[in-house]
Amino acid sequence: MLGKLSLEAIPHDPIVVVTLCVVGLVGFALVAWLTLTKKWGYLFTEWFTTVDHKKIGIMYIIMAFVMLFRGFSDAVLMRTQQFISSAGGESILNPHHYDQIFTAHGVIMIFFVAMPLIVGFMNIVTPLQIGARDVAFPFLNNLSFWLFISGVVLINLSLGLGEFAQCGWLCYTPLSELEYSPGVGVDYWIWSLQISGLGTLLSGVNFFTTIIKMRAPGMTLMKMPVFVWTVLCSNILILAAFPILTVSIALLTLDRYFGFHFFTNDMGGNMMMYVNLIWAWGHPEVYILVLPVFGIFSEVFATFSRKPIFGYTALVWATAVITFLSFVVWLHHFFTMGAGANVNAFFGITTMIISIPTGVKIFNWLFTMYKGKIVVNSMMLWSIGFILTFAIGGLTGVLMSVPAADFVIHGSVFLVAHFHNVIIGGVVFGCFAGITYWFPKSFGFTLNEKWGIRAFWCWLIGFIVAFAPLYVLGLMGMPRRISQNIDPEFHAGLSWAALGAAIIAVGVICQVIQFIVSIKEREQNRDLTGDPWHGRTLEWATSSPPPFYNFAKTPHATSHDAWWDMKMDGYQKKMPENLQPIHMPKNTYAGVIIGILATIFGFAAIWHITWLAIISLGGCFLAWILKSFDEDIDFYVQVDEIEAIERKHFEEVQEGLKAEGEEANYAH
Amino acid sequence: MHTDTHALDSQALDHETLEDVEHEHHHLTEMKVFGFWIYLMTDCVLFACLFATFAVLVPNTAGGPAGKGLFALDFVLTETFLLLFSSITYGFVILAMHKLKIKQVAFWLIVTALFGIGFVAMELWEFNHLIHQGYGPERSGFLSAFFGLVGTHGLHVSFGLVWIFVMLIHIAKTGLTETNQMRLMCLSLFWHFLDVVWICVFSVVYLFGAVI
Repeated sequence: MLGKLSLEAIPHDPIVVVTLCVVGLVGFALVAWLTLTKKWGYLFTEWFTTVDHKKIGIMYIIMAFVMLFRGFSDAVLMRTQQFISSAGGESILNPHHYDQIFTAHGVIMIFFVAMPLIVGFMNIVTPLQIGARDVAFPFLNNLSFWLFISGVVLINLSLGLGEFAQCGWLCYTPLSELEYSPGVGVDYWIWSLQISGLGTLLSGVNFFTTIIKMRAPGMTLMKMPVFVWTVLCSNILILAAFPILTVSIALLTLDRYFGFHFFTNDMGGNMMMYVNLIWAWGHPEVYILVLPVFGIFSEVFATFSRKPIFGYTALVWATAVITFLSFVVWLHHFFTMGAGANVNAFFGITTMIISIPTGVKIFNWLFTMYKGKIVVNSMMLWSIGFILTFAIGGLTGVLMSVPAADFVIHGSVFLVAHFHNVIIGGVVFGCFAGITYWFPKSFGFTLNEKWGIRAFWCWLIGFIVAFAPLYVLGLMGMPRRISQNIDPEFHAGLSWAALGAAIIAVGVICQVIQFIVSIKEREQNRDLTGDPWHGRTLEWATSSPPPFYNFAKTPHATSHDAWWDMKMDGYQKKMPENLQPIHMPKNTYAGVIIGILATIFGFAAIWHITWLAIISLGGCFLAWILKSFDEDIDFYVQVDEIEAIERKHFEEVQEGLKAEGEEANYAH
Repeated sequence: MHTDTHALDSQALDHETLEDVEHEHHHLTEMKVFGFWIYLMTDCVLFACLFATFAVLVPNTAGGPAGKGLFALDFVLTETFLLLFSSITYGFVILAMHKLKIKQVAFWLIVTALFGIGFVAMELWEFNHLIHQGYGPERSGFLSAFFGLVGTHGLHVSFGLVWIFVMLIHIAKTGLTETNQMRLMCLSLFWHFLDVVWICVFSVVYLFGAVI
């Protein structure tokens, strides 16, 4: 009746029990507060069922922060364990627990922190920058979000019910096969990734179509803002790569659930095929994350250097070249497979080549700053900090692209240092810059700079202190993922790494304070004009936060700096005339329903509760079919409503301009 | 410079007239078909992976049977023709749709579904036959890949069948509306796509299998 599920599934480890109690208390407090203040109805009708890309984007980013908290806690646990273990102290985490932690850390940080941050930015910014009123498929967008949440729920359930996978974030076979991982850990991994991955694939279809089909008049491909270009390329990668992940996980599922032999050690299975498949997805995934971040940096550098981005065409082509090359480097993740010198040489060389377009971009950003009127603020600090750290991370990557060198440092903490160098220094810093940059656009007030700058310095210094020692330890021969009886020779380096993690923790606290202070002082920091940074692209042409229809009148684009052109041309915000009703999609609760059913299905599949799995999966399809019979999916916003919203914005703009004490015309 | 194109208000898209509204609807339909086409391309990648997997695992018979002698080619050829004919009949669906002849649309949809059901039934019979001989997917890597690839295609066809029945209800309820025409177009893309994939399955799995 309940498959593998029984009371035995609840873990007894004191660390886990304490964590569960804390999570339970916080969760209970949150639910109680929402119930007492009667916020559930508001949340459901205004947020959960929304088809507004801006709100969906905000929800993605909030969830990313929640999961960042968990992923970071895992990191602190690992640093502490390695610190204590190398000092010869009593271990706080047994191997079974530690292996779950490093697996969960990787999975959470990539799939449930970095991905939702990126998809969140795509949601909030892309339609605004191309002058569109929504994405191509608003309901699918909502559904993608709920499928992502389904994955989040499943991976968090593993904390208190059963176990999580212990096979590393990509769950290599044959370790992840039933023979070696008989528990439910790998099944949690399978279903949380499969369900949220489906959501990502739908997002890919959605944003690709949005960018290709819904750009404002005048915006040809080569007049799109750089961020939109990077989002487009990132989505092409999603479309081409995520089906590979779907297949890899599905085949592993068949092996584990139905006794197939795709990746088993015996009966004609081929375990290295799994490693090839998963990296044929995994390497493009790296670029799915980092390309939009390159776009964010391009926007920040151009805006705060008060110059158009240097070498727009080169930057676009570099992005396109990376998109293509990212599919021909996957084997560098396992040179030790033994594919032979020629194969390794091929992938080594393609890996070196892919660093060239990335290098081009670095020069684009440097030359954008050159002779610009640079404004130094937290966003620019994140961006400049990124150039430094990313360059180092890139160079250590090129070092490892030499197969002979890779054979020596493969599987050591040198590699761990390398990819944190590019992911923290690249993706994370970029997302923080992006959050500060677009926060006023989403909420109507700017973030506190003082605490932002403090957070930056803690993160930068903490990051260097935490990961520079790992390079050294890696060269000394310290393997990754070890937890017990660590050689005392590594203790000094691990102490520095632990200190670095602590400094980063201070940075995280600074960010929490930054949000609290900013919300408290929001009245002083309101963005009335909708253009707080003197931005260059179309999202700054509308109010902050934008009305749900984004633009009362569809704007016209003349270059990749469309809004800057308009300002240079003497354009002043005024009341739009000759308004027409606007066609908009209606909210729908179908996404929530399908998301809940998908979660139940995942849960039932993990615990082998066959009847429930069949019913919930059938329910998902039925809900989708029933949704197609709903004819009441759109409406027209009437002119008087638009006029009221626009008038309010217009008055705020006047007030804002007066406060700024400057001309509305930025042209000289 | 660029004086004539900037102002938000003067150069905006106006949806004043009925033609504009119709144009917008047409644009929506076109966009949805485009989006569906993009989804199909991701499905294409999915099948490409399964074909690659199959190619890798063909020699891994683990002492079990190889393709030669295992597959009855004439049986599979009949199966293939059922699916090919269903593509032709789906073509008639679209022709009837353009002429707005709803009864013809329904008729050809049902004929397509019958061919589709025949195809899936034959495939299930073949699977059942193999499993009863002891040649199920757990027998070897090769058979895993065979069941994985052919089964995924069969699953797609089954979804297509469900979709056909949903479309029959849709057109019975609301007629050949713009939305339903768009849906029939998407289903058409899906159905023909599965046909193309099957041609590859037939060639790679069965024809090569009969030789190797």
